[in-house]
Amino acid sequence: MVFLTRVEHFNAAHKLSNPNWSKEKNEEVFGRCANENWHGHNFELFVTVKGEPDPETGFIVDAKWLSKVIKDQVIEKLDHRNLNLDVDFMKGKMCSIENLVTGIWNELRPLMPPAIKLHCIKLVETPRIFVEYYG
Amino acid sequence: MERKVAVFRREHFNAAHRLHNPAWDDAMNERIFGKCNLPNYHGHNYELIVRVAGVPDTQTGYVMDMKLLSDLIKRQVVDRFDHRNLNLDTVEFKDLNPTAENIVLVIYDLLRKEIDIKFDLKVTLYETPRNFVEYPA
Repeated sequence: MVFLTRVEHFNAAHKLSNPNWSKEKNEEVFGRCANENWHGHNFELFVTVKGEPDPETGFIVDAKWLSKVIKDQVIEKLDHRNLNLDVDFMKGKMCSIENLVTGIWNELRPLMPPAIKLHCIKLVETPRIFVEYYG
Repeated sequence: MERKVAVFRREHFNAAHRLHNPAWDDAMNERIFGKCNLPNYHGHNYELIVRVAGVPDTQTGYVMDMKLLSDLIKRQVVDRFDHRNLNLDTVEFKDLNPTAENIVLVIYDLLRKEIDIKFDLKVTLYETPRNFVEYPA
């Protein structure tokens, strides 16, 4: 079994705010991340798939194909967007990186060909904060 | 001979912005600024490198106390811009397009007024790991 990781990136705005809570409660729980006019990040996305190298190509998957799928299905929806307002798969969810990483997983998982499995998605919000999801 | 040494302090802030010229129509803004003009804002992890150069003081051995430099950057820059929307939440960019170029000039001016004129000041601002600007050029 070989693991292959493709790294992509996107820049986006978001805020952490629970619409069922008061402004004070949101500020108490989420601090500056609750700023009503948004803030933003440079996100780095690591998509890891696993499989056996194909005897004909030596690839577990064509990395160019994987890159295109990630760009078309995920980056296109997220890059230079407002994650709370603009992204269909985040509608009605809290815009934490925990929820974002599972949302990205759900977008990509059905698109993987039978020969490979989605293994891990790592989402880096800042150089000091990141999450990983293994399904 | 007095020898100058440069000291550097790195800080960071996360902010939302959009690039937009209110004097242009939507089509022109979109053509010039592309995705950076999208109406609901996007954002960045800004990394800031402040360079102060001068002759080390004979008593302390310091060019400038790095703790004081750090406190100054936090007070003048990070507290002002971190977790803000540069277009909506700051007076500095109320009527100024928050490009990396304009942000570095604003930061330079905020710091320059509080750093002794005997020191050289240079500010480098990373908007992404791949785009960065520097002033003075």
